[in-house]
Amino acid sequence: MVWAAPAAADTIKIGASLSVTGPASFLGDPEAKTLEMYVEKLNAEGGVNGKQLELIVYDDSADANKARTFATRLVEDDEVVAVVGGSTTGTTMAMIPVFEDAGIPFISLAGAVVIIDPVKEFTFKTPHTDRMACEKIFADMQAKGLAKIGMISGTGGFGKSMREQCLSVVGNYGIEIVADETYGPSDSDMTPQLTNIKNAAGVQAVINPGFGQGPAIVTRNYKQLGIEVPLYQSHGVASKSFIDLAGDAAEGVRLPASALLVADKLPDSDPQKAVVTGYKSMYEEKTGLPVSTFGGHAYDGLMILVEAMKRAGSEDPKAIRDEIEKTSGFMGTAGVVNMSADDHMGLDLTAFRMLEIRGGDWTLAE
Amino acid sequence: MPELLQFCVSGLTVGAVYALVALGFTIIYNASDVVNFAQGEFVMIGGMTTVFATAAGVPLPLAVIGAILVAMVVGLLLHRLAIEPARGASPVTLIIITIGASIFLRGLAQVVFDKQFHSLPAFSGDTPIRFGGAAILPQSFWVLGGAAVIVVLLWAFFNRTLIGKAVLATAANRLAARLVGINTSFVMGLSFVMSAAIGAIAGILVTPITLTSYDVGMLLALKGFAAAMLGGMGNPLGAVVGGLAVGLLEALGAGYISSTYKDAIAFIVILVVLFAMPGGLFGKASVERV
Repeated sequence: MVWAAPAAADTIKIGASLSVTGPASFLGDPEAKTLEMYVEKLNAEGGVNGKQLELIVYDDSADANKARTFATRLVEDDEVVAVVGGSTTGTTMAMIPVFEDAGIPFISLAGAVVIIDPVKEFTFKTPHTDRMACEKIFADMQAKGLAKIGMISGTGGFGKSMREQCLSVVGNYGIEIVADETYGPSDSDMTPQLTNIKNAAGVQAVINPGFGQGPAIVTRNYKQLGIEVPLYQSHGVASKSFIDLAGDAAEGVRLPASALLVADKLPDSDPQKAVVTGYKSMYEEKTGLPVSTFGGHAYDGLMILVEAMKRAGSEDPKAIRDEIEKTSGFMGTAGVVNMSADDHMGLDLTAFRMLEIRGGDWTLAE
Repeated sequence: MPELLQFCVSGLTVGAVYALVALGFTIIYNASDVVNFAQGEFVMIGGMTTVFATAAGVPLPLAVIGAILVAMVVGLLLHRLAIEPARGASPVTLIIITIGASIFLRGLAQVVFDKQFHSLPAFSGDTPIRFGGAAILPQSFWVLGGAAVIVVLLWAFFNRTLIGKAVLATAANRLAARLVGINTSFVMGLSFVMSAAIGAIAGILVTPITLTSYDVGMLLALKGFAAAMLGGMGNPLGAVVGGLAVGLLEALGAGYISSTYKDAIAFIVILVVLFAMPGGLFGKASVERV
């Protein structure tokens, strides 16, 4: 699928390959809607550097091979000056070599830390990483004096990656993992694993890296077994449907998430409030759908790019890249972005808010 | 000790669902020699229809009856439109047809319902019952009790009613059954409708515990098939024992050995049983029809 404004001589072409359909459509669909919406808005306000933006979006259906083909097409046929997108880590990693070779700046919307670690010259990303989610959770546990914890993680891509990240940083917080269990992505009963965690000596809290329906079942089983210690979920469950699925059992669950989820509940003094409420109301008004953090990542990517183009005052990909790298103090939906030559994401732990589910809704726990 | 009890309760609850899926396999296999891999989709249809009917404001009992009826109609259509026209085809062809039907039903469910996970409220509350250190959900009793009632009703149907005996006769020897005036086509259709109803009931009973979505059927069909093979394909008692055994193996394997290999443990044990006893636990030596 291609959405292209009528080609005029004086446009700036920016490209995107997103997973609009397929298994990751919950990522790609809001991302595509966000990009279209804001490119239209920018053009209505006079464009960038006096020129209209022309957005070219391809749908890779979360297929890495397709993504790579589209990346080549964006570079060779469409001759874009920059690319926002790559909804999943898989499609992003497939596209990186194409953009690196062509010298086209690429702002990915996918989660994994491997995208920007090690740093690649033309590759950037906007979402938080799973390592940051682990660090945020462990910092919260440390502050509460919880030192021995159980971990139950999904064996799908997200859960597996986050489990490894958590294991690699847990030592920095003086926390010991005394039980380490897993469950399959389509498992429907986690009571045996949770029983083992419950019986592990000295467990003071439990962390559950996972995605999809698994964490909801874990939460229900957790309540069922009467485990009293705090349960931490990951940002992988940060959507309203998790609360619906887990029901009353979700009460008291803590998780790190983007400020976008609690836009209305942020104090007016919060510097991020204007950005997240602005994006949320625009998205919900135009699409009639509830806002998700994923569309927010696309907003951040597009705005970082536009500001870099304005600062560079040209459409030279190299000049845009240099300006993206100099992004500092940019307030996005994910948090404050301060990029540098060795940090192509630029988010710190303040980007995550610790939330707690109370009365069937998110509340700020800090 | 409390953890052993907990593992057993969890395993038996999940196992009861596998047992019902395996029973569905057995009934259709006996009447028509077809291994129906769309059996898991009946479970999905039962759960999803109930979820969407209750969300639309239909009271739960009516939604349950409606969901069972929907599944029965789908079962009948499956037989009339896909299995019956391929009469005389080889068993492999018929299996491929049911796999195709399963993919079709999954696709249809994505369009008719959606791709999200859904949950039903538990029938009699969420407060777990503490028993000997284990926590048992009231819904587990619904699942186990429902499975027990279905098994008893099926036994009565096959042994106490004329139609039930006609099904048994068809299963034993289709030609002879036809010769004594049994409408074997009707019997096969009936077996699909009954299997669909049993699958749907399983789906409705278990949805408050495990959640449901358009694609839960595939894994259930695999586990149910494994249970039916373990018990001895075509043996109703074997299906029930096989289902409960697979559920228990999974729970004990996840609890005592490693949750990473949970699915593998169940399948390895099944393989071992089948190597040692090719007919399964309750399989009878194969009898050639002359």
